[in-house]
Amino acid sequence: MSSVSPMSSAGSAAFETVIGLEVHAQIVSQSKLFSGSSSQAFGQDPNTCVSFLDVAMPGMLPTLNQECVDQAIRLGLAISGTISLVSVLDRKHYFYPDNPAGYQISQYQKPIVQDGTLQILSGEKAWKTIRIQRIHIEQDAGKSMHDQDPLTSYVDFNRAGVGLMEIVSHPDLSSPEEVIDYIKRLRCLMRYLGVCHGDMEKGQLRVDANVSVRRPGEDLGTRVELKNMNSLRFLHSALNYEINRQIGEIEHGGRVIQETRTYDPASGKTRPMRTKEVADDYFYFPDPDLTPLVIDSDHVQTIASTLPETPWAKHARFVQVYGLSEYDADLLVEDMDVSYFFEQVVSFLSEPAWAKLTANWILGELFAALNRTNTSFSDAHIHPENMAALIQAVANKKLSNLLAKEVFGIMFETGEHPEKIMEQRGLVQVSNQEDVQQWICTVLNRENDNVAAYLSGKDKLFAFFVGQVMKESKGKANPQAIQALLAESLEKLRP
Amino acid sequence: MSPLLKLSLDQVLIGLQSKAFSATELTQSYLDQIQRTRGHNAYITVTTERALQDAKRSDARWSNGTAGPLEGIPIAVKDAYCTQNILTTAASKMLHNFIPPYESHVTQNLAQAGAVLLGKTNLDEFCMGSTTTPVHTGPTLNPWDVSCTAGGSSGGSAAAIANGSALLALGTDTGGSVRQPAAFCGVVGVKPSYGRCSRWGVVAFASSLDTPGPFARSVKDAALLLNVMAGYDKKDATSLNHPVPDFTRRIGQSLVGKKIGIPKEWFENAQMDPEILDLWKKGQELFEKNGCEIVHVSLPYSSYALPCYYILACAEAASNLQRYDGVKYGFRAKNIENLEDMYCQTRGQGFGPEVKRRILLGTYVLSHGYYDAYYNKAQKVRHMIQHDFRQVFQQVDVLLPPTTPTPAFALKASVSDPVAMYWNDVLTVPVNVGNVCAISVPAGLSNTGLPLGLQLIAPSLAEDRLFQFGHIIESNTSMPDLPF
Repeated sequence: MSSVSPMSSAGSAAFETVIGLEVHAQIVSQSKLFSGSSSQAFGQDPNTCVSFLDVAMPGMLPTLNQECVDQAIRLGLAISGTISLVSVLDRKHYFYPDNPAGYQISQYQKPIVQDGTLQILSGEKAWKTIRIQRIHIEQDAGKSMHDQDPLTSYVDFNRAGVGLMEIVSHPDLSSPEEVIDYIKRLRCLMRYLGVCHGDMEKGQLRVDANVSVRRPGEDLGTRVELKNMNSLRFLHSALNYEINRQIGEIEHGGRVIQETRTYDPASGKTRPMRTKEVADDYFYFPDPDLTPLVIDSDHVQTIASTLPETPWAKHARFVQVYGLSEYDADLLVEDMDVSYFFEQVVSFLSEPAWAKLTANWILGELFAALNRTNTSFSDAHIHPENMAALIQAVANKKLSNLLAKEVFGIMFETGEHPEKIMEQRGLVQVSNQEDVQQWICTVLNRENDNVAAYLSGKDKLFAFFVGQVMKESKGKANPQAIQALLAESLEKLRP
Repeated sequence: MSPLLKLSLDQVLIGLQSKAFSATELTQSYLDQIQRTRGHNAYITVTTERALQDAKRSDARWSNGTAGPLEGIPIAVKDAYCTQNILTTAASKMLHNFIPPYESHVTQNLAQAGAVLLGKTNLDEFCMGSTTTPVHTGPTLNPWDVSCTAGGSSGGSAAAIANGSALLALGTDTGGSVRQPAAFCGVVGVKPSYGRCSRWGVVAFASSLDTPGPFARSVKDAALLLNVMAGYDKKDATSLNHPVPDFTRRIGQSLVGKKIGIPKEWFENAQMDPEILDLWKKGQELFEKNGCEIVHVSLPYSSYALPCYYILACAEAASNLQRYDGVKYGFRAKNIENLEDMYCQTRGQGFGPEVKRRILLGTYVLSHGYYDAYYNKAQKVRHMIQHDFRQVFQQVDVLLPPTTPTPAFALKASVSDPVAMYWNDVLTVPVNVGNVCAISVPAGLSNTGLPLGLQLIAPSLAEDRLFQFGHIIESNTSMPDLPF
């Protein structure tokens, strides 16, 4: 049984949505799944990362790349799946120019991983367990190119034979939002494990969704397979469109046809794929060029003992060790590089208790700056030691928040050390009594009328004077010093 | 005709070493013989220039003391082995223009051992058949009687040995494709253990059964060739990582007390010609005379080997041949309208009738709803046949059946009934399905003067037994000289 919750963003409340996903993830590995050619083919000139096997030359034989197997084992262990000590590599047959052998080596009846789970957020706070049916390994296809010439199509085989993991969930997802959260968390996990880079734009992560709707309590509805969605935004729109389309069909007395549809981003609609694009029999059978994939249980143990920390383990550690809120910890671990940066910054702090302050600065100022400049974190050049210096300065009250933000802005642009910035631009906070007193005198002399009003009982003007003094000091004055000296000076002016 | 052609491998090696003649002279003699025997159509491609270059290299190596074990030996290679920069067609229009940029592992081994490549020999298209009658390159004729088939699928290699246009030759044996043409052409042919010789670079027919194998005029020559062919290859996941012995090591050793198994079901199943039954009987007597004991054994499931073989082989073939689609290399039909038309026209025109028949059969047995009834059941039967062989080899050292149920038949007869043609393999396919090894040795002549072969079967990796027992047949049989 699948667990189902009422519709959230799409459709009407009278229907529930049931979604299962097939995620294709390119395996991080030096070479392809069965050949020695490079698997880092994205962006290379067409047909430059191609071996004789990759184009199915006569007599060429596949030899399994153990690194790809180990990567699948890593992911399998991380989702608490069962690693099959014996699995089978099968041939899946269909004709298409980018499928060089006429078959894809995949796994059909005996996949390498079975029965795992992944926790996702359903709504704001409720965790939900999504069951993962299986993970199997298979070859990627090449790419047909129809835009090079009006009359001729070309094929680029660079991608042909690159290792993929197909991660198949049970139909446990109930909304487009859950789908997006599932994919984000799965991608995050795979990045932590180093098994898939997960860049959808580069085709490293591709999603097919099986979608159906039903009235609560009814049997599962007829499912439609949505294929070839290569961005989360398109996926979300496609699901919304498809759910509403299916509900519309049923509400208008029609019925949903089991079919494969594809999403057209231009129209925002899904459309049926031509039947020729969908084979109904793949003639699966075990690849006679390969022996069964036998995995030693000791080998699985070795991989388990060297498994990198999962995002949820890091999340728990951040909450426990650094006292972060669940929410902040979740945001920090979402990007492995950010979480790593956070811990590096903290390691440079003299006082571990400032970790929370660090989290605030990363999630606040840093993220805002990244957003503002449309920069990805990996392209930002802030050194963790510099970030730590800035946090220290704030914590030690060497810098006001205002000044610190200014220093950060410069740091973000130039990558310079905050103390150098403070020095060069004279941004050090001034607590020196004489300097502060000087700024106070200037302000009080200028604001004669307001001073008189204050002395006659308008207490609220005190904050105004503080602000004016801060402004006069160009933000450098220590706010505490202003408070104390200003109160003193105003008292002296009372008759 | 040059007297060099009559020399055995041993004699040739001595002659080359002692500089009685050069590799170049030897190669030229064979190239001349190829021209003289063109009418048999044993070769698809003759690599004259390459052969003479190879021979020159060999002469240099004989001079500077770096000669390999087959240095300067002229060899014919079935046109299913990919040979770098040399046309490799598998006798199919589909590969009529295919020139591989790589060399098969086995032919690479031969080149390293010093062999001289004479050319690429004819075969049934993609090794599918037992008559060497491909549409694209035409039939190979039996040098003993040109109205008869040379057998197949490696008929070109067998004929090249028989007509003196090669000293050694390579074939591939999936269901008898080395042993049956060897029997029909009066030469020695070996189906080694599966995985003994790498399949890397051999155009695939049925991957789980394809076995590279040697042809030679004598048992010892075949063993010497297999010495060079065999060996682990990490590029082939089904290659056996097992030490390769000197396959000649048991030749000449006594057979006293050895047990020869006679599979009783094969009497009933094979519908053998009376003269084949007679040959079989004589073979048993021959081993008895040499001190062996004849044991009648049972391999009950081997009766199902033929249907089992045709299901598995066709399934794998249909899959292996999906790659020939006109996209990447080889034949592409002209005047095509769209993608589907390209596939249909290319494969419709590029493949001959037997290949199409087997693709259809294979596709059928793998299709949804029929998989369990055919492919899956055949796999189970295969395991039972393998079990039968394991049981039997606890009782006997080798099995002795004939190689074929009949002598070479008329070429004209080979076009009529495909199923009748498949029956021709009934004595050879159990070896491939049963995962054992076998040899075919010339053992007599038919009433009409055609050669007949006896087969010896040994457990996997026990090829040295084949040569030991085969040598006894050879040395106790008076065969006429090969017809050249």
